[in-house]
Amino acid sequence: MTQADLPLASAVRDPEARITNPLRRRRAPGMVENTPVLNILTHLILLTGMIILLFPMYLVFNAATLSLQEVNAQPARLLPGDQFWNNIKEAWVTRDFGQKFLNSLIVAVGVVTGKIFIACITAFGLVFFDHRLRMPIFWAVFITLMLPLEVRIVPTYAVAANALQPFQTILDWTGISWFIQTVSGIEVALEWNMLNSYTGLIVPLVATATGTFLYRQFFLTIPDELVEAAKMDCAGPLRFLAEILVPLSRTNIAALATIMFVFSWNQYLWPLLIITDPNYGVVAVELGKLVPDTNTTGGAIPNWHIAMAGTLIVTVPPVIVVIFMQRWFVRGLINTDK
Amino acid sequence: MANIDIRQVRKSYGKDEVIHGVDLTVNIGEFVVILGPSGCGKSTLLRMIAGLEDISGGEISIAGTVVNDLEPRQRGCAMVFQNYGLYPHMTVAENIGYALKVAGMKKPERLEKVRAVAKSVGLEEFMDRKPGQLSGGQRQRVAMARAIIREPKVFLFDEPLSNLDAKLRVQMRHEIRRIHNRIKATSVFVTHDQHEGMTLADRMVIMNKGTIDQVGTPEEVYNRPATVYVAGFIGSPAMNFLSGQISAEQSVILLADDSRIEIASDAARRHAGALVQLGLRPEDMTLCAPGAGHLTGSFDFYEELGSSGLYHLMIEDVPFTVLSSIKPRFQHGDQVGVLADLSKLHVFGAKDGVRIDMDEQVIRQMEPAE
Ligand SMILES: Nc1ncnc2c1ncn2[C@@H]1O[C@H](COP(=O)(O)OP(=O)(O)OP(=O)(O)O)[C@@H](O)[C@H]1O
Ligand SMILES: [Mg+2]
Repeated sequence: MTQADLPLASAVRDPEARITNPLRRRRAPGMVENTPVLNILTHLILLTGMIILLFPMYLVFNAATLSLQEVNAQPARLLPGDQFWNNIKEAWVTRDFGQKFLNSLIVAVGVVTGKIFIACITAFGLVFFDHRLRMPIFWAVFITLMLPLEVRIVPTYAVAANALQPFQTILDWTGISWFIQTVSGIEVALEWNMLNSYTGLIVPLVATATGTFLYRQFFLTIPDELVEAAKMDCAGPLRFLAEILVPLSRTNIAALATIMFVFSWNQYLWPLLIITDPNYGVVAVELGKLVPDTNTTGGAIPNWHIAMAGTLIVTVPPVIVVIFMQRWFVRGLINTDK
Repeated sequence: MANIDIRQVRKSYGKDEVIHGVDLTVNIGEFVVILGPSGCGKSTLLRMIAGLEDISGGEISIAGTVVNDLEPRQRGCAMVFQNYGLYPHMTVAENIGYALKVAGMKKPERLEKVRAVAKSVGLEEFMDRKPGQLSGGQRQRVAMARAIIREPKVFLFDEPLSNLDAKLRVQMRHEIRRIHNRIKATSVFVTHDQHEGMTLADRMVIMNKGTIDQVGTPEEVYNRPATVYVAGFIGSPAMNFLSGQISAEQSVILLADDSRIEIASDAARRHAGALVQLGLRPEDMTLCAPGAGHLTGSFDFYEELGSSGLYHLMIEDVPFTVLSSIKPRFQHGDQVGVLADLSKLHVFGAKDGVRIDMDEQVIRQMEPAE
């Protein structure tokens, strides 16, 4: 990244840039002090923080380059060895990461797309339409923040096992199934099993209160005049959404997509629960199986070097996404107009 | 092109009524300016015409069609907003052409029209810029062009110049007038700046707290304000007011400091004993020696305005101003005489604030009060 890509960094270094940088201009002049001592101090603090954050990552990388003996040596070895590619290959092959990567990617992209779509359209309905259910719906969505998947995992599993079960219950309970059976002799048994499928992996994760909230907050910042200008230009609601709101929320989409990609890539409990067919396995679960315990090693020396190599492999996609998207939303932030 | 008919229009937000039954007709091709202080309901009225606000009572028709229940898009109005409401992610050309795009016009045809309109408002060089990269005046032009391109039946402006600096504001208002003279669209322009209103309007509408006080040409509004409110609102520096009472026997208005201002006897008879507000514009008076004029006050301070200056006096504790080009030679507290041009005297009822017409022909210059 060149200096030009990072206006914030350059603004810190170049006091002149501060004047022209819109992000900086908003601050009260007294808030930005620019003395050498303070500069060094702040950088020291940043550096310390960075080391603390990066050290575990280094340990992972380090372990991934060692051999079985080296990784279990006492005291621990802190310098990299030369076994990196061997370990990576070993991890990739034993756990069949090729297929799992593809699965994880499909799931993550599916979840991200679904979440953005749902969040956007829900927030659109909540902000731009004046109806009586507006606040109740907002609160209903908001309250689901308290019900993450882990809390509702048993009922969700039941639904995933047969998504039509609720309808079946209604039909049975109202006596309609009995009626149909009596009249036509057909037994009503609705079934839609989502276990061991991409749908099952994606759909239960798609609803997002956080995303809806984020979008709502963004939509609330859209000036009324813009909405009214669009009305005067005869643009209908869907046109307004597609041609004005969506382009304006690119930055939001980038931010939301990044967070949600990492979130869904790291999903562990749900896939572990509903996937028994290895063809639908995802990397996070596979990674769990790499961690040495008495089952996998059979009491032998734990092969941490392979586990760590696997960890590195699995970490790469989210890191790439974050790096790529970060550039993107910094740029979006600069181009934001009033 | 269309006329607008507003009949007994009311607007309430919940229990609060903010527009109290307004009647107004805007003729075809006319430029009407709605003038009033902040919060008097100008924008609300305009937005009801545009269809951005529901009409709580009464009727608005455009070109003979009642539009109360029509969507904005069915009313054929174009609106220029105070903050322009430009689409920040679209270029100037896209902003101007968006309405045509929505209307389904083909691209080549659209671009041609956009170019022609952009040229007419002096924007051809900026076609590919985003609104964020334009100055206030240029943004204003984009907003204008966006309205012009639709060839609307009615143009609506909601304080479109209030975000510009003083010089640009004058320039843009000339430009708006020029555009209006060219395309002659029926226009309603909301402002709280009386100079803007005066220079732009064919007719002015003076609003006050949700009602219309006066409708008239700028000269009418200035020369024969219908209420105390209009009189005080129009004209800068503002009109002076003194309270007094009409005395029928002497055909005069008796003021608090016992000065008398002679008025026509039939007018005095008709309104005998009425408590009134006397209005005099600073520019309709001159200074003279104490006792030699109609009024006498004590000099307070002098305000330099460039070509002339404003003398601030106190007449019986009431602040009073006189515009004069003579340089000051008074000390604070000096007694100063004021000679008024009584043909430009305005009289209003003290209670209702409504203008009481003195027949101008009969008002005589009276001898200074002793
Ligand atoms: N959404 C609303 N809810 C309640 N009251 C409102 C609403 N919008 C406007 N009002 C009230 O209606 C009155 C008229 O408002 P309006 O915006 O028309 O004023 P205005 O004459 O345009 O003033 P300005 O010159 O400041 O723009 C104000 O007293 C305002 O408080
Ligand atoms: Mg307003």
